[in-house]
Amino acid sequence: MIEEVLATARYNAKIDPQLGIWTWEIAFYLFLGGMAAGIMLFSAWAVLGRRQDELPFAHNRFALWAPIVLSLGMTTLFLDLEYKIHVYRFYTSFQPTSPMSWGAWVLVLIYPLMIVQTLSTLRAGYTMLADLLEKLPGGAALLDLCEANRRLIAWLVIPLAVGLGIYTGVLLSAFSARPFWNSGILGPLFLVSGMSTAAVLPLLISARGPEQRFFERSDLGLILIEITLIGLLLISLATGAEQHLQALGLITGGQYTVPFWLWFVMPGLLIPLVLEIAALRGIRVAGLAAAVLVIFGGFILRYLMVEIGQVSTWTEYALQFDPQLLERLTQ
Amino acid sequence: MTTYAMVIDTRTCIGCGDCVVACKNENKVPAGLNRDWVVEATRGEYPNLETEFRSERCNHCGHATCVTNCPTGASHYWKDTNIVLVAAEKCTGCKACIAACPYDARLLMHPEGYVDKCTFCHHRVEQGLDPACVSSCPTHCMHFGNLDNPDSVVNRLLRERRHKVLMPETGNQPNVYYLI
Repeated sequence: MIEEVLATARYNAKIDPQLGIWTWEIAFYLFLGGMAAGIMLFSAWAVLGRRQDELPFAHNRFALWAPIVLSLGMTTLFLDLEYKIHVYRFYTSFQPTSPMSWGAWVLVLIYPLMIVQTLSTLRAGYTMLADLLEKLPGGAALLDLCEANRRLIAWLVIPLAVGLGIYTGVLLSAFSARPFWNSGILGPLFLVSGMSTAAVLPLLISARGPEQRFFERSDLGLILIEITLIGLLLISLATGAEQHLQALGLITGGQYTVPFWLWFVMPGLLIPLVLEIAALRGIRVAGLAAAVLVIFGGFILRYLMVEIGQVSTWTEYALQFDPQLLERLTQ
Repeated sequence: MTTYAMVIDTRTCIGCGDCVVACKNENKVPAGLNRDWVVEATRGEYPNLETEFRSERCNHCGHATCVTNCPTGASHYWKDTNIVLVAAEKCTGCKACIAACPYDARLLMHPEGYVDKCTFCHHRVEQGLDPACVSSCPTHCMHFGNLDNPDSVVNRLLRERRHKVLMPETGNQPNVYYLI
């Protein structure tokens, strides 16, 4: 038996009795960042594949959603900062060993790119917005330039959007101090999940006919890959060291078992998988239900990951006057 | 890099908590927050029990993951030593360093929101003094010194006594040693 008890008071806010530094704000940021990456990728894919007839929404209208979604995410990220007035400090240095620093600087590349990607679609997708922009000095020339380089922009989008999607996972997996996060699978998992949540957006907005089937098929494939990656994540934890086994225990019998399997895996992966199959067989309402569930699952995945990772730890002390200690005495 | 270390004798520590009070006084740590704390670890089965008191704080790691994960350079090594400090004027309160510390040795200052931690009382070290917790220990179980100096008290104790660090398997190379 070993029992480690704090003999002096320690109740540092958000750290004791267990880590709770990141909550819904970070989960929303990771969710929306992944979704923005997915939107950029599908838009670029439609352009590179010259699929304007088959995928009109993805080709001409989808790109505008990326900066909106990412900006919402950046807002919640800002809300999470404890010392908000110092937010500019992210851009007064570059720290090569810090994934968060990389993320901050990648956003400097991503934002202009998603703006020019949007501008390259504006005349075809949002005539009114294009007209407004053309009234500004140089607006028409800017639109001309973006349209002329549409394929080049799409090519540039692919690596940067993949980087953004993976980054949302690496941000967590880089913390070796949190065994539940410390797996290389998290990057691809968050990328695929982000693409899945982006794939269902057109189903909810306007996709019909061949485009609807394209996104339903895409989402079905992405869900299957996501399930595989979740399986690999569990295997990597199950074959890890003691801390990883303890972290795995949190979702296999521990306090997060019900949330993980019944709030995420079931409604966020398995039910949408069945519904997407039904949708591909012509039941349209199944596709819509799948879309809603995939978005819910995408957020819950991030929310649970953020929370479980903080609970999985190397250090755990009982508080001296913790009533549970009395219970241990009677066992 | 100069490596400073703290060596704490668990055989003479009585868990009085004076180190905790001394730190709060010296560094004006606000009420409700702690840079150091004392752990009472009990091992064995009754009646063969063994108790160890450990005064714990930031381990001023040689490979500090809080420093490598800080996106702004706010978490840094002080003057080419292993003493890890936080520059409040660079801290955004992103909390990456808190997530990166396997010892959960950092805290958030309120109401400002920057991250704070044990500094090994570098302002005292600069003057050739020991950290406040070491100076105030009534049983003299705490020792501080330069690990690079073979004649330092910390080196002598580590040569002569069995010792351990907390969770060396993290790879962080902690520099708070416990004599056992």
